Amino acid sequence: MSLLKVEGVWKHYHRQSVLRGVDLEVAPHEVVCLIGASGSGKSTLLRCVNLLETIDDGAIHLDGTEITDPRADPDDVRRRIGMVFQAYNLFPHMTVLDNITLAPRRVHGVRAEEAEARARELLDRFGLAGKADEYPDRLSGGQQQRVAVIRAVATTPRLLLLDEVTSALDPTLVTEVLGIIRELKDTGMTMILATHEMGFARDIADQVCFLEGGVLLESGPPGQIFSEPRHPRTRAFLQRVLEARRM
Amino acid sequence: MTDGHAAAPYGPPGREDDPDRGPDGPGDPPEWVKSERQLRREAELRARGRRSVSIATASTIVVVVALVVGITKSPGWPRVQETFLSPEAFVAALPDVLRGFLLNIKIFLIAEVFILVVGLLVALVRGLRSPVFFPLRALAVLYTDIFRGVPTILLIYLVGFGVPALQLQGAPSDPVTLGIIALVLSYGAYVAEVFRSGIESVHPSQRAAARSLALTHGQTMRYVVLPQAVRRVVPPLLNDFVSLQKDTALVAVLGPLEALRQASIHASSDFNYTPYLAAALLFIALTVPMARLTDHLAARAARRRTGGGDA
Ligand SMILES: Nc1ncnc2c1ncn2[C@@H]1O[C@H](COP(=O)(O)OP(=O)(O)OP(=O)(O)O)[C@@H](O)[C@H]1O
Ligand SMILES: [Mg+2]
Repeated sequence: MSLLKVEGVWKHYHRQSVLRGVDLEVAPHEVVCLIGASGSGKSTLLRCVNLLETIDDGAIHLDGTEITDPRADPDDVRRRIGMVFQAYNLFPHMTVLDNITLAPRRVHGVRAEEAEARARELLDRFGLAGKADEYPDRLSGGQQQRVAVIRAVATTPRLLLLDEVTSALDPTLVTEVLGIIRELKDTGMTMILATHEMGFARDIADQVCFLEGGVLLESGPPGQIFSEPRHPRTRAFLQRVLEARRM
Repeated sequence: MTDGHAAAPYGPPGREDDPDRGPDGPGDPPEWVKSERQLRREAELRARGRRSVSIATASTIVVVVALVVGITKSPGWPRVQETFLSPEAFVAALPDVLRGFLLNIKIFLIAEVFILVVGLLVALVRGLRSPVFFPLRALAVLYTDIFRGVPTILLIYLVGFGVPALQLQGAPSDPVTLGIIALVLSYGAYVAEVFRSGIESVHPSQRAAARSLALTHGQTMRYVVLPQAVRRVVPPLLNDFVSLQKDTALVAVLGPLEALRQASIHASSDFNYTPYLAAALLFIALTVPMARLTDHLAARAARRRTGGGDA
């Protein structure tokens, strides 16, 4: 059974359709990359899955239950989904450790010592052992984003959503964040990433989905999407990306 | 877009653990010896600093002398000196005025606590989204609209004379209590708006991050939004409190023996206004340090961008 099932989802802002009947299935342990031009609706799709936005039509199922049912408890859904934002969105008034342990302690009822031990273990594993007691503004962008990823996985979510987690970063810092994502894949974490890093998408994804103008035009294994895209618009997009990269 | 990620190794980075951040280039880093140029630059800056101090001193002296000469040479000066600057009257009134001033401080401290509570509650109620809270929210809006519009002195009259006139069972009749209630009502509305602006100044992405971690609305407020909001509104809040310290004197109209009232009793019995000067000096002595603290905190807040740190 699929872990996440998005069925015919529509989303409008004002009168503009931002998602037009998007279908998407994500199997357990699968890594899905959403690619597409700026404004194609990648972030919106992720925010809808996390119920940060209310969809206008269609349905989203998580583990077989519909989460877009108005009677569903959004907090219960979000307890099972982690999200990492492009701009990190760490809490500036809390130390790294407090950022990470906030949800385990306050939402999942984990005892303080236990939450702290797990946070330190994660920091250790991702090369941030010395930073537990720092405030976020004392860290580099790459370090902050890694803390944000750790914060999102500290509650062992069923599904992790990553929204262009490297696009605010210096190219030299990108690899360290991608490294942590790769490690998460190795642990079997199910993930959906919106990304502009085509090389990385090709490398890590089990499924690549191309969005344009709110329509999921094409999806498939990375080998197929990147080497022999079926849809001419996918081809055109990849062409543009390639040209931009040469410049 | 950077190229070649497909081939790049993505091992976990682990370099930052190194606590010393010294340069790790090859060889020893060069020692810093101040250059001739830097020494000359610093000498020039020192000279310029000395020059500004002398200019500031000279201009201050000129202004003060002009003021003193202007005032003391004015035709009414001897009379003013007698009625406003009489040392005997000052000494005679000071103990009573000072005793009265302690009451001002008491009013201030009690009112301040309640104002903070009322202001915060009203601001939080205005932020509630659920339709269940509509009546509460409407009440909060009504409260801020009305009590920010009514002059504080008017409110003190209304509460101070209106509440006892109702002759309600258990309603306070003591003028100090009534005065405090009026001040709390008036300032609570201002402080609620200050808190609200602080809450709204926290970027929506902070809320989104908190909600994505499944924190409830209340938890998001308590752990994420309020701590940041409160830090930001400390300077404007202190500013309101400087103004509250002065406004405690308005309670004098209800009759309690606070500083202004004591001063006016002395003034009318001795036909000398010096006691007012004593009261004014006491208020200044209290508000000036508070104003400086406000400036200091505001400057510090401006220096640190987001409020990270331990303040
Ligand atoms: N809160 C909002 N209000 C109105 N319009 C919005 C809002 N959020 C997104 N949009 C619009 O929806 C469209 C899709 O936005 P979205 O952020 O999902 O794109 P994206 O694919 O993530 O783009 P990018 O690669 O630049 O992040 C855009 O045209 C955007 O202007
Ligand atoms: Mg986006």
